Amino acid sequence: MKKLSARRRHPLAAVVVLLLALAATGGLYAAFAPADKAQADETAQSLAIEEGKKLYTVGCASCHGTGGQGTSDGPSLIGVGSAAVDFQVGTGRMPAQQPGAQVPKKKNIYSQAEIDQLAAYISSLGPGPVTPTEKQYNPEGADIARGGDLFRTNCAQCHNFTGEGGALTHGKYAPNLEGVSPKHIYEAMQTGPQNMPSFPDTTMPEQEKRDIIAYIQTVNSGEAETPGGLSLGGLGPVSEGLFAWVFGLGALIATAIWVAAHTAKAKKS
Amino acid sequence: MSTATDKRKAPAGERVADWADGRLGIYSLAKANMRKIFPDHWSFMLGEVALYSFIIIILTGVYLTLFFHPSMNEVEYHGSYVPMQGVLMSEAYASTLDISFDVRGGLLIRQIHHWAALIFLAAMMVHMMRVFFTGAFRKPREINWLFGFLLFVLGMFTGFTGYSLPDDLLSGTGVRFMQGAILSVPVVGTYLSMFLFGGEFPGGDIVARFYSIHILLLPGIMLGLLVAHLILVFYHKHTQFAGPGRTNNNVVGMPLLPIYMAKAGGFFFLVFGVISVISAIASINPIWALGPYRPDQVSTGAQPDWYMGFSEGLIRVMPGWEINLWGHTLVLGVFIPLVIFPLVLATIAVYPFIESWVTGDKREHHILDRPRNAPTRTAFGVAWLTWYFVLLIGGGNDLWATHFHLSINSITWFVRIFFFAGPVLAFIITKRICMGLQRRDKDKVLHGRESGIIKRLPHGEFVEVHEPLTQEALHTLTAHQQYTPREIGPTVDENGVERKVSRTERLRARLSKAYYGKDNQVAKPTVEEYKEITSGHGHH
Ligand code: HEC
Ligand code: HEC
Ligand code: HEM
Repeated sequence: MKKLSARRRHPLAAVVVLLLALAATGGLYAAFAPADKAQADETAQSLAIEEGKKLYTVGCASCHGTGGQGTSDGPSLIGVGSAAVDFQVGTGRMPAQQPGAQVPKKKNIYSQAEIDQLAAYISSLGPGPVTPTEKQYNPEGADIARGGDLFRTNCAQCHNFTGEGGALTHGKYAPNLEGVSPKHIYEAMQTGPQNMPSFPDTTMPEQEKRDIIAYIQTVNSGEAETPGGLSLGGLGPVSEGLFAWVFGLGALIATAIWVAAHTAKAKKS
Repeated sequence: MSTATDKRKAPAGERVADWADGRLGIYSLAKANMRKIFPDHWSFMLGEVALYSFIIIILTGVYLTLFFHPSMNEVEYHGSYVPMQGVLMSEAYASTLDISFDVRGGLLIRQIHHWAALIFLAAMMVHMMRVFFTGAFRKPREINWLFGFLLFVLGMFTGFTGYSLPDDLLSGTGVRFMQGAILSVPVVGTYLSMFLFGGEFPGGDIVARFYSIHILLLPGIMLGLLVAHLILVFYHKHTQFAGPGRTNNNVVGMPLLPIYMAKAGGFFFLVFGVISVISAIASINPIWALGPYRPDQVSTGAQPDWYMGFSEGLIRVMPGWEINLWGHTLVLGVFIPLVIFPLVLATIAVYPFIESWVTGDKREHHILDRPRNAPTRTAFGVAWLTWYFVLLIGGGNDLWATHFHLSINSITWFVRIFFFAGPVLAFIITKRICMGLQRRDKDKVLHGRESGIIKRLPHGEFVEVHEPLTQEALHTLTAHQQYTPREIGPTVDENGVERKVSRTERLRARLSKAYYGKDNQVAKPTVEEYKEITSGHGHH
């Protein structure tokens, strides 16, 4: 201890202490703060927001306003959340084109990375439903039967028994759900696009959403089984009636004409 | 079995016939009827299509009864259709799922039963229209027209009750729809509904009740009517189109046995074949995809089978009017359609009686009219069909909207306007077309068929050569008889006293003029006209 106390007043002592203190705090900081990643994330995030804002200014601002505050051509996007952007842009609804009864689906013109940037920018304007992760919407192992029940209770009044779609007033419609990806189905429920009500997790928990997705995939997709044969569009009695008249009665009348034409005429001799 | 010691035996068939005749006396019956003549024309086979599909429905229906449980007890499903496992449903629905997935051939039979039902009603309708447009309903066949009409209406209700049996979400919605219509009846609506459902909707009885109606009551009545219908066809003999050698007093065609029977038997198998093929390739009423009925669920795009579609149309396009009086609601938006529903059907049913009243014709008619030669009747028929089909469009308004990218509101307005304007337009247009065709017939008779050969005459004029028609064709084109309009007759009798002309008499004269006045039918060429024109030069 003598040595230490003897050198306490060494002119360099303060420097040493300072170095030690710096090393300690540095070490502590290194030990406790997720420094690198967080920093990188933050920069990536602000970069994404930055890029998103650029994309937004080019493609969306004309209708939704420069700060997402909305204009007469489009609603405010503050607080709609990344899920709404991912759904609207991912299904090709946004950017909207000509005005009509309802903004239709079309070919999506943005890459997923660009959509994420747009979503990052919009969610930076105000918190809202967040784009779901694969774990949330993957229908693997979900309860199809319960999904069917939930679908008939909550969705069939607009989308029909098996999601074939249906008409709403004045040219608006609930679309056919065939070929919609699980993520977009999930987001539609989260955000309730246009005339569709939203089904937030408080009223419809994640698990139920997965059950519904599993049901839609089972009854209305390319691989959906139709044990009875041709499904005739899955539209029920109207298409069945048309089919019965055109192909059923049509074939039978053709048969009748054929039979009547081959009559047992007295042999012409 | 025969041995050498036996005497020569008659062939087996003859022995069986002999045995049966000894006990049933069928020989004289057969002798009287087996040579009944049936004329050949494809449109005379439409009734057969209906008959055969009815037989197919009964055969497949019996198979379905073996496995169907008409009960509304709630069960949990554990059959082989995965997306329904563990769902609570009525036994009726569960057993229909079993028929579809676990009974051998069950799905095919179900589909044949249902496709045959749609085709049965379509065939009856087309058959009815054939009878209508050819005037086959005239005396002595008015009763048989009514029998046929009743078969059509009962068929509609048999179909509706059958469609409701599986107790799926679609048919349950249909039953709910019907209950709504019953409730709209003033004063007694609620009681009727309580009576029918055995309490509040849906209760636990309706499937069992519909079941007895569907498999016993209505098919029983229909079978009786059908037999009566066929007996009358036999008794009146078949009608035929005009043609050489065909008169009001004979029938030209094939004898019932053996030729007609062979053809009819073959035709039955063809009908069965066509319906089976359709049932094998095309799905109908996939109840597994619809889910069990629950009063708290409903789907868009819920329609009845086509034969009930016009009632759906009536309700869909009717404005939702309501009157509230002293705490009671009169739902006109549903009640008015309920009243129009039977009127639509009655309109076509009573037409034959109106026509016979207008013409005052009491003679028997066994020669059919070509539709063009009865322009007013034909126009009326087309107007009715237009009415019916406009309502069908109304019944599917949502699907036309989504599939043709239209607004459902515009379609509803289209139907509302055409409900009134469509029949009128159709009437006028059809009548014009018929008159045009009559004129062309007249022209053909007088001037012959246009041959398409153009000749240049020596003085430079161009003419088209017309070939005279054969004697047979001339006969066919001029065989129809034409009425002259009824006159009211002198309104003053020989003593100068004015007679009172009743309102109905005046109406009748007016209608008769609208039917047979000179602007409403083209007088067919007279013999003199024909002679005058054909005597001179070969062409006009
Ligand atoms: C032509 C004008 C127009 C353009 C361009 C446009 N939008 Fe829209 N947007 C609309 C209209 C109108 C609506 C409201 C109707 C609807 O919900 O579809 C809307 C709705 C939205 C919604 C849903 C809002 C909510 O409340 O859920 C989102 C998210 C959205 N737009 C994002 C975008 C993005 C991102 C772009 C750029 C890629 C874009 N929009 C471009 C007109 C436009
Ligand atoms: C009130 C009627 C209504 C109900 C109830 C409803 N939807 Fe929708 N749904 C709509 C409409 C309208 C749209 C079209 C929105 C648009 O184009 O922006 C839609 C769009 C969708 C889409 C997007 C389809 C596509 O092609 O991109 C999905 C997925 C969807 N709905 C699923 C559901 C599910 C699942 C439910 C039940 C939980 C449901 N909907 C309930 C009306 C409804
Ligand atoms: C004019 C006659 C008939 C018509 C138009 C008719 C029509 C129908 C229809 C449309 C269905 C619904 C089928 C479905 O998609 O599930 C049905 C069901 C049924 N019918 Fe008929 N039917 C007729 C006569 C009969 C007869 C005579 C029987 C029995 C003897 C019968 C037995 C049944 C049974 C048991 C069901 C329920 C089973 C099921 O739905 O799969 N039907 N019928």
